[in-house]
Amino acid sequence: MSVTAIKTTSRIPDLSTVPAVDEVGVNERVARFQSRSIKSSSKVEALKLILSMIDLTTLEGMDTPGKVRQLSQKAIHLHDAMPNLPHVAAVCVYPMMVPVAKETLKGHDINVASVATAFPSGMSSLQVKLDDTRMAVDAGANEIDMVISRGAFLAGEFAYVFDEIAAVKEACGDVHLKVILETGELGTLDRVRRASVLAMHAGADFIKTSTGKIQPAATMQVTLVMLQAIKDYYYETGRMVGMKPAGGISTAKLAVHYLVMLRETLGNAWMTPEWFRFGASSLANDVLMQLRKQSTGIYQSADYFSQD
Amino acid sequence: MATPENKLAFDGGWEYAAAPESTDHIKVKKRYGLFIDGNFIAPEKGRYFDTINPANEEKLSRVAMASQLDVDKAVKAARKAYAGPWSRMKPKERGKYIYRIARIMQERAREFAAIESLDGGKPIRESRDVDVPLASAHFFYYAGWADKLEYAFPGRTAKALGVAGQVIPWNFPLLMAAWKIAPALACGNTVVLKPAETTPLTAMKLAEVIADAGLPGGVVNIITGAGDTGSALVTHPDVDKVAFTGSTNVGRIIQRALAGSNKKYTLELGGKAANIIFADAAIDQAVEGIVNGIFFNQGHVCCAGSRLFVQESVADEVVQKLKDRMETLIVGDPMDKNTDIGAINSRMQLEKIESYLEIGQQEGGTMHQSSCSVPDAGYWCRPTIFTGVSQSNRVVQEEIFGPVLAIQTFRTYSEAMSKANNTPYGLSGGVWTDKGSKIFKMTQGLRAGVVWANTFNKFDPTSPFGGYKESGVGREGGLHGLDAYTKLGAKK
Repeated sequence: MSVTAIKTTSRIPDLSTVPAVDEVGVNERVARFQSRSIKSSSKVEALKLILSMIDLTTLEGMDTPGKVRQLSQKAIHLHDAMPNLPHVAAVCVYPMMVPVAKETLKGHDINVASVATAFPSGMSSLQVKLDDTRMAVDAGANEIDMVISRGAFLAGEFAYVFDEIAAVKEACGDVHLKVILETGELGTLDRVRRASVLAMHAGADFIKTSTGKIQPAATMQVTLVMLQAIKDYYYETGRMVGMKPAGGISTAKLAVHYLVMLRETLGNAWMTPEWFRFGASSLANDVLMQLRKQSTGIYQSADYFSQD
Repeated sequence: MATPENKLAFDGGWEYAAAPESTDHIKVKKRYGLFIDGNFIAPEKGRYFDTINPANEEKLSRVAMASQLDVDKAVKAARKAYAGPWSRMKPKERGKYIYRIARIMQERAREFAAIESLDGGKPIRESRDVDVPLASAHFFYYAGWADKLEYAFPGRTAKALGVAGQVIPWNFPLLMAAWKIAPALACGNTVVLKPAETTPLTAMKLAEVIADAGLPGGVVNIITGAGDTGSALVTHPDVDKVAFTGSTNVGRIIQRALAGSNKKYTLELGGKAANIIFADAAIDQAVEGIVNGIFFNQGHVCCAGSRLFVQESVADEVVQKLKDRMETLIVGDPMDKNTDIGAINSRMQLEKIESYLEIGQQEGGTMHQSSCSVPDAGYWCRPTIFTGVSQSNRVVQEEIFGPVLAIQTFRTYSEAMSKANNTPYGLSGGVWTDKGSKIFKMTQGLRAGVVWANTFNKFDPTSPFGGYKESGVGREGGLHGLDAYTKLGAKK
């Protein structure tokens, strides 16, 4: 694969110095997070924080302006029956739908994130991917979620993958870049760790687990490995990088486990939508249902929560 | 590397609300007698003593102080049961009783876990997820051996020894009772067991289970008391086999007392295990292994990984990550489901630990503790590490039995090996590396009874446990654990 040389200031890290990852140990640590008991006031606080961290997402071939408008409405009006709810962090759509989302969300403090770079496969030329990125940026996207070239990564072409990320970062300009590793295709936790290190050194503002288009999507295991990579990078460079698990997190209970993991791995500074997002669509309603239950003591039927 | 500018913030922010385990369901009597010959009876001299909750120093109950007369009575009951129903019973029937005990323990698991945490101070999450399940598992496992002893020792017959006198410690009260009673019964022996002075309650509840299981009277006798009771038990002339788990000092005293007698004995004593991290280890998981090795159960673990050896090239990174991880450990009410580190078992033990913290600093070590808050009442010690210490320091040589880790560096594998073995103890050890050949090389050279690779503090009833050198003699668990409770003869 050839790549147009683009000048960047970042340097490819030495991946042989990245620590190994022991899967058994990771599973045990994850089990420990899952055994935390989050109750009463800390549960309510967690649920609200989760809401504020959600990127409401629609990435279907059959997306239409109507669909995107309605999803954006949901972002603004999560559940008007409950006052004082935080709003979600962003709405995430394909580049072509960015203008529709921007229009609907005008005047509201909710970002429009766009996937780009031949999402979800990433199987195209650098030129196409950069054009895709610029299209989304020009349409007004606040955030870009790109995919790495997994094939190149698995074939050992780390410099190519690095340069590609750096090039997309440059095409983003000031727009914040999330780099999707597609952990389900990387296969091992060691590779997830190395891909994380590569992406951060290439300029990622966020590293993200998955496109949500294949199984497995986000898991607590890959998320933990990525959070640990973020910690090491922070200690090495002083730069914070955000994290976004995407796909497969549809229950509030699971999302709370993720918050516990975030809290105990990176600490307070990362516990905001600025540094952590959930890429999810159905999660919001489960969280709303749990919040309702915490305040009234009973579960409402799902019919009371809008499906947009 | 962490600097003041980029230090991670683990305090404040979103914190976990109290998540107490309910105690409504537990039944603890105001006073317990001695469990002898199938019944709870009063001690001969009528003396009782309190058992308290180390998290708040409140009294939980009173238990009997068994005197020499009570020990005699218990051993007599055990002898009578042995000579009578128990040695004549078909092995399969013996097995059924042991299964029944296991099942009833499982049914009452929640109550056992709660009482264990109240009486001893360990977090409810640990008693619930580790102690109680493992205790039942031991009974289930050995129940299966009861009728298969002829296959345990090829070419030999295995016969019971008779009456076993057993003394157990306070760090895993119910689990240690299970480790002792289950194999003894499976092999056809009868038992007199003395639980530790500060943790008698789960043993009393176990006695209730044993009575409810219908075990013939005298097969298992449980007598509470202090040091004198234990001493009277292990030296009793009509005890055939002694099993002791506790400190090396007391183990020596027992061994001396038994010298020249016919008694078989096993001793499971102290340790000062080396936990060794190589530069090519999975570093983040290794740090978790350190935490598990020394802070699990407040460090009240004979096989605790209390000496960390970290390869010098990754030492700074490992210590920084360890300090970060220590900040997320929650020290507090054992009955809170989020507590990671519970109360120190007794005032005496806390004073002992604190004296070592003094010694370590006076010796020139650098002490670092986590910054968490601890409750006002009760006995608490924050997780602690010492750096700047070496093999010649007392905090590195002597068993502290608390959440205190001594950290040293090493350069080569042979240096790690020789330092790890440079101790009179030899109970356990841990090796962390991603390289398989290194695991084999290290584990073969470590002079310790239990060696873990890329993990720590893993136990299973099928796996034999015991030490080299001053960590004791004999093995508990697995096929090897049957050896301690049988005498082998030639097959006819």
